[in-house]
Amino acid sequence: MSYLRKVSAIVWKDIVAELRTKEMFSAMFVFAVLVIVVFNFAFDLRVSGERVRQVAPGALWVAFAFAGILGLNRAFVAEKDRGCLEGLLLAPVDHTAIYFGKMISTVLFMLIVEALMLPVFTAFFGVNLLDFRLVFIIVLGTVGFASVGTILSAMTAQTRAREVLLPILLLPVAAPVLIAAVKATSGILDGLTMAEIALWWQLLLAFALIYPAVAFMTFDFIVKE
Amino acid sequence: MKRQREILLIGMTVLSAVTVLIALYLALAGAPDANLSSETGRYAQRIIYFHIATAWVGFLAFFVTFVGGVGYLRTQSRTWDIVALSSAEIGTVFMLGVLVSGSIWAKPAWGVWWVWDERLTISLVQFLIYVGYLMLRASVEDPSRRARFAAVYGIVAFISVPINFIAIRLWRTQHPLVFGNEDGGLGPNMMFAFAFTLITFTIWYATLMWHRIRLERFRDDVEQLKQKLLD
Repeated sequence: MSYLRKVSAIVWKDIVAELRTKEMFSAMFVFAVLVIVVFNFAFDLRVSGERVRQVAPGALWVAFAFAGILGLNRAFVAEKDRGCLEGLLLAPVDHTAIYFGKMISTVLFMLIVEALMLPVFTAFFGVNLLDFRLVFIIVLGTVGFASVGTILSAMTAQTRAREVLLPILLLPVAAPVLIAAVKATSGILDGLTMAEIALWWQLLLAFALIYPAVAFMTFDFIVKE
Repeated sequence: MKRQREILLIGMTVLSAVTVLIALYLALAGAPDANLSSETGRYAQRIIYFHIATAWVGFLAFFVTFVGGVGYLRTQSRTWDIVALSSAEIGTVFMLGVLVSGSIWAKPAWGVWWVWDERLTISLVQFLIYVGYLMLRASVEDPSRRARFAAVYGIVAFISVPINFIAIRLWRTQHPLVFGNEDGGLGPNMMFAFAFTLITFTIWYATLMWHRIRLERFRDDVEQLKQKLLD
């Protein structure tokens, strides 16, 4: 079996498991909606009209990041709890294939949640987010976030603190993703061209390339016994 | 040999104490007044010597943690893990020192305790990374797994520092909120105090590292003795 086939087998397994339980996806989506609602409470008391536009990108990415953390947590904790992680590790595949499989399935789940969130967000915040350039930014940001998140989630699932620890480890490291994604999203909302926000999406691209490479070199150390 | 090392360690401890005192004198009295109009500003400016030296150690320590992590993953030797751990602990304290001394300076100079300036933000993020590193260590029982996880996190986090720096710098320069142009050039006497403090803090860091590594070694010895008694 080629490397790619192994990766896609893991992705497929995650998708089938998710289709049967739907526990992760529904939790991520409902949580993301709740984050938006909470932000609406927080902002509506102070910010009005045109200024909502200015806070919208931040609220959007916080919702994505928090939902992503939920998904990332489940990615390995669920395997661990059901004793499936050992099974995965015993499978005759390179351990990095597990990383890429998990990362891709997390990215897929996050992207589906994000796709559903965009119309909700557009309705709640009254800003038009249905822009294909935004899709590009969201994909890059999500891949970057999930790529480093998957490394850390594989670690925290095996610690005592588990779910509690992941955001603490992840958020400072993923800060550049959030900064760049929010800046790029605001640029698009302000009607800037892709060339004008090139710095930001290039930063996202760099992040999304660097961390899979880091994972490729270090992932073995996280999962081996 | 062992005795010689002990004497050297005592020597370095004394050297650190003496040079820190001299640096304190230079910073508070030795260096000339800054060319600032307000009296509080002139006093407050003197914190800069310790502040920058502290920041230097904070980032240096993180680099050493990264090197320790890489070393551990390559060799699986406990020594590298101890180096990484010791450096992270010392770095946490120094990074907190940077945040506190920065705030103390910011209040008289800028009128606020905190602004989301690039250097402040990166220091805060760095401090939080350190805290995460220590929390991760505390949350893993098995020593070899703890060392491996910590090493990987040290590497992952270290790589994020330059990216963070770029992101925060770009973000800040797009909104030019220029608060401090304090680098209006340091005079020759100020430069001396500055360089002296920097060297002093580096020696101090090395001494602390030595003490901390020695302590961890003792801990390992005690652990081994306990095991022997139990067997």
